[in-house]
Amino acid sequence: MATTTQTYVKSKVMGRPAFSISKLAGQVIFYGAVGFFVINLLLMVSTVVIDSFAQSWFKTLLPPAFTTHWYPDLADEHNMTQLLGNTFFVAISTTLIALAIAFPAAYVLARHQFRLKGLLYGLFLLPMLIPPLVYGIPLATMLIRVGLGGSLVGIVLVNLIPITPFVIFILTPFIEQVDPSLESASRMLGAGWFRTFRRIVLPLIIPGLLAAGVLALVRTFAAFELTYLVATTGSSQTLAVALYGDASGAGIRAHQLVNAMAVIYMLSTMSLVVVALIFVKPTQFVVSLKNR
Amino acid sequence: MVNTSIGAGTIVAAEPRRRINWGIVLLCLPALAFVVAMFVIPFLFGLNLSLHPGNSLDAVGDLSFANYLQFFNDPGQSDSVWITFQVALPVTVFSILISIPLAYYMRRGIRLERFITTLLILPLTLGNVMVAQSMLLYYGRQGWFNQALQALHIIKDPLPLVHSWWGVEIALFIQNFPFVFLMILGYMSGISPDLERASRMLGASAWRTFWKVIWPLILPGVAIAFCLNFVANFTVFPSAVMVGRPDDQTKVLSVVAFRAAYELQNPSLGTAIAFVMGIIEFVVVSAVLYARSRMTRTSVLGGGKGV
Repeated sequence: MATTTQTYVKSKVMGRPAFSISKLAGQVIFYGAVGFFVINLLLMVSTVVIDSFAQSWFKTLLPPAFTTHWYPDLADEHNMTQLLGNTFFVAISTTLIALAIAFPAAYVLARHQFRLKGLLYGLFLLPMLIPPLVYGIPLATMLIRVGLGGSLVGIVLVNLIPITPFVIFILTPFIEQVDPSLESASRMLGAGWFRTFRRIVLPLIIPGLLAAGVLALVRTFAAFELTYLVATTGSSQTLAVALYGDASGAGIRAHQLVNAMAVIYMLSTMSLVVVALIFVKPTQFVVSLKNR
Repeated sequence: MVNTSIGAGTIVAAEPRRRINWGIVLLCLPALAFVVAMFVIPFLFGLNLSLHPGNSLDAVGDLSFANYLQFFNDPGQSDSVWITFQVALPVTVFSILISIPLAYYMRRGIRLERFITTLLILPLTLGNVMVAQSMLLYYGRQGWFNQALQALHIIKDPLPLVHSWWGVEIALFIQNFPFVFLMILGYMSGISPDLERASRMLGASAWRTFWKVIWPLILPGVAIAFCLNFVANFTVFPSAVMVGRPDDQTKVLSVVAFRAAYELQNPSLGTAIAFVMGIIEFVVVSAVLYARSRMTRTSVLGGGKGV
């Protein structure tokens, strides 16, 4: 990280070359490409919002007439309180449990060298690298066999699989940054390990816990595949699963109705993202493996 | 008293060494037990299940490869291997090719960097279902995108950008391009600018500097980004159904596996297909990583990855 900043500063100090055609062309291409991507994205999302208020929308720039009745209709069709409750319950409990079991492991990975460390690393890395659908079907089958299919407990358990390692790998660099001599000093002054942990390590690690927690929350909120495989009953569905169900059962529902659900989904996840951006840098949403 | 203090000092030095083993075991236990119980055991359970054909979840009967043979002998199922490659490869290659010049441009930081990266991660936070859902109208036959192209007289008839192969490509690109881009950007900005400056000072053009200095240094990173992106694209599921044609053009492996397990009520076969998917990915990733180790052996020696 330090290097990046240094690089940036250096290039500024070196001074900018005078105006040149190739530099301008580079600028136009770069901002053109990124702008095109971002504008398409924003317009895509806008059509969802507009359509959820449209009476009908055909071949025109904007719908000719607006209405708000899709939202009450949606409430008639789905138990929205339950859907929202399930979604937040799954996201919050997954995050809290993941933090609780990831923290000690991250601490060990950050602080200690030992045999089999590589093996442990690999074991934690696997669930992050293997796509959910590869292990999801056998896993869901096993949970259904054990009797956890269609239960919120089962959904929390499956979502923990990719999220726990994700949290471990976000926390490890944060713990590495805490100077180990602070802990040694505390221990030498007579504090037990618990006291050292509570008074020294924990306060210093809170930014890391917040970052990891918020990122885990956002990811679990949008998680689809694993939840879908386990949420076999209507009462255990989350917003993402219900949205998929409504959208892929095409022709049954008006698209405005599906988009109304999409707006609710988006508002919920966006509220989380806004909170997230207060605590974390945007690039942390992607765990970069280069640090490893 | 003096002795005690010296003794205390030695204990501090020696004590962690003795306690570490227990500490490590205890601290790692929750996460380790969880990964084993929920990842390793289901994996073995699935392997056993896939080798015992039939609808039973108890894996009874003789060990047999019947599920795998059935999959490969049924052209209606096994053609999905080829279909999945046709879906996953183009968008992976395209994402990588477009990320490299963009990351190269951005390697030393640019104006609005935080703003741009924030907007780029938007699709990651929306999730794949939401991305597919919002594509349906916008890229539809009567959507804004086709309307704009028609108004500009670029096309006469609307393009079939959803419910087609293109739909899945666009969805995967939107969903996974930011990830690839930010990863490659990370590698690119990690290269010490001194190397680049040295090359330019010795008279090499920017083009030559890119190919002789930067490219060999980012190649390992590009290989990793390719693998991760390919693996994600290869298991595309919701968008293949929502914006693709899951009965022919985008009948990808995950759709076939899901249908076998849930619609045909045959989890044994579904698991077998999921494992086929995993094995193919493993082969592709190993091939890329092997090629990477062959190609980059020399460049690593000269690597000043600006640590």
